[in-house]
Amino acid sequence: MGELRRVMLAEDNLKDVELTLAALDEHNLANEVVVVRDGAEAWEYLCREGRYAARPVGLPAVVLLDLKMPKIDGLEVLRRMKSSEALRSIPVVMLTSSREEKDLVESYRLGANAYVVKPVDFERFIAAVKNLGLFWAVFNEPPPGTVRRAA
Amino acid sequence: MKPSRTSIRRKLVTAMMLTSTTVLVLTGAALILYDVASSRRALVHSLTTRAEILAANSTAALAFDNPDDATRVLAALRSDPSTVMAALYDRHGQLFANYPSHRASTAPGSAPVRMGSWFEHSSVVVHRPVIEDGRTLGTVYLQSDLRALTGRLRVFTLVVLLAVVGSVGVAFALSTWLQRGIATPIGTLAEAARRVSEGKEHSVRANVVSDDELGLLAGAFNEMLGEIQQRDAALRGSEARLRQLNGDLERRVQLRTAELEASNRELEAFSYSVSHDLRAPLRHINGFADLLQRQSRANLDEKGRRYVETISESAKHMGALIDDLLSFSRMGRSEMQQASVNLERIVAEARATLSVDIAGREIVWQVSPLPEVPGDPAMLQLVFTNLLSNAIKYTRGRTPARIDVGATADEDEVVVYVRDNGAGFDMAYLDKLFGVFQRLHSAEEFEGTGIGLANVRRIVLRHGGRVWAEGKLDEGATFYVSLPKEVAGERQNREAA
Repeated sequence: MGELRRVMLAEDNLKDVELTLAALDEHNLANEVVVVRDGAEAWEYLCREGRYAARPVGLPAVVLLDLKMPKIDGLEVLRRMKSSEALRSIPVVMLTSSREEKDLVESYRLGANAYVVKPVDFERFIAAVKNLGLFWAVFNEPPPGTVRRAA
Repeated sequence: MKPSRTSIRRKLVTAMMLTSTTVLVLTGAALILYDVASSRRALVHSLTTRAEILAANSTAALAFDNPDDATRVLAALRSDPSTVMAALYDRHGQLFANYPSHRASTAPGSAPVRMGSWFEHSSVVVHRPVIEDGRTLGTVYLQSDLRALTGRLRVFTLVVLLAVVGSVGVAFALSTWLQRGIATPIGTLAEAARRVSEGKEHSVRANVVSDDELGLLAGAFNEMLGEIQQRDAALRGSEARLRQLNGDLERRVQLRTAELEASNRELEAFSYSVSHDLRAPLRHINGFADLLQRQSRANLDEKGRRYVETISESAKHMGALIDDLLSFSRMGRSEMQQASVNLERIVAEARATLSVDIAGREIVWQVSPLPEVPGDPAMLQLVFTNLLSNAIKYTRGRTPARIDVGATADEDEVVVYVRDNGAGFDMAYLDKLFGVFQRLHSAEEFEGTGIGLANVRRIVLRHGGRVWAEGKLDEGATFYVSLPKEVAGERQNREAA
């Protein structure tokens, strides 16, 4: 197994961040998780701009995007990623508490790889994160073309 | 000049002229004919008289056979230039004497057989006997030309012609003057009619002052125009009012639509907000209660563990309530699909969906053949899943449980019933049965959020149908759903929903 790459979690709610991290931790995810608190920060991280201008080179193995975030929302980040040559191939999982059909349709239209309704049931939430988010991260099998960080 | 006015004038003048000319010509012709006849009669009469005189004067000459005497007598005719020829014949019919004497050859050699007077070629002839004392001595023959007659006729005809021409001239002047009394008001009337028909100006009036039928016609015309003008004004008035009312109505509809759209948007934003924001804290309650249970279980006593479990359960229940409420709200707003729905298949699918709940239960199903109805397949699926789910839930504890599904139909609608032998309900609480979050059983007895039948009712109403139920406590319940055979508009459903 190659070196595990980072997982980026874009989530504005600290409690959700904690719950998500606890779930990832509980399942012994070895990847480093980068937490960003809004869409603008997520975009800066992905583009190595602003406060992330100095971060090490490399792209996350998977991006977990909350739908509703301050400044730039998840759908906008998704749209920008899928319009960018460099970022297009990173798997994106939309994390949301919304069951609204239009959000789901819009996410898939914009090219989301998965759409997870954050269930109230924590067990199911963990299962969802495990099934969808960790699939790419843990097995470290990014789609062809993804820039691999030097070993 | 307007053609119509020319026409009526010309027609009137022509009619009058034709009449007067015909009368004049006929009168003139009659006069001439009469004159010709009387002149001829007079001519014959005078010639006969002359012949009688000649006869009287010639008796001696004939009796004594003295032709020279007779020739002298005849020569007296010289004084009348119109006498062309005269002759005396003896009693044997032989020419005795003639006039003019130097042109003897013109007289016939022997007396004509015919006696009396007659016209011949361009002359008139008299031939009569010379009688003395009852003895016929011979005959006298007198021929006169018609010079006098034709001369007189020429003059007379000329006079008549002059009279006719003069009369025609006077008649023309008279008719031209007289037709104005008719043609002018008609022209005025026609001009008014033309302006009305061309310009649609009903304020035009025909200015005709006349006490005859034309005046009456103009009066009626003006009155009619007045009536039209009045009605036109009334029509315009009501048209304007109608347009204004229409405009008002349209504005009101637009306003209402905008209001409705706004409130719909608000409702949508509200439900969106509920589904996001209300769910987040619940997720946290549930999530952290779960974490607490996992990580600090050892530090909690029995009571503490029960508290944490209760927190989890309550959070889950609230989550279910929120989900149901949102689905109920969506059911009222979402667009309806239109298809032919096979109710038998719908019921079969509902049973398949509920197979997990049936596991380990003894249920006697009796599903009669069901018809097809127009409607939204997904919504009707939800209706029957709800009804069957209820039947399964409330027959818990019955062995065996009986669930009957069947339908009756009349001309307009299909009534489907779902009957069970379950817990039933008290008919006194019938009105609460289909209300949102209304429950007739405690959560300990039968779980549920109280949204199922409210959803059933809303969907059926949107299809233009009705729902009702019959039941008896501890003896089971029957739920009825009526669905129209024809697609109903959404109108009444909206009203009801």
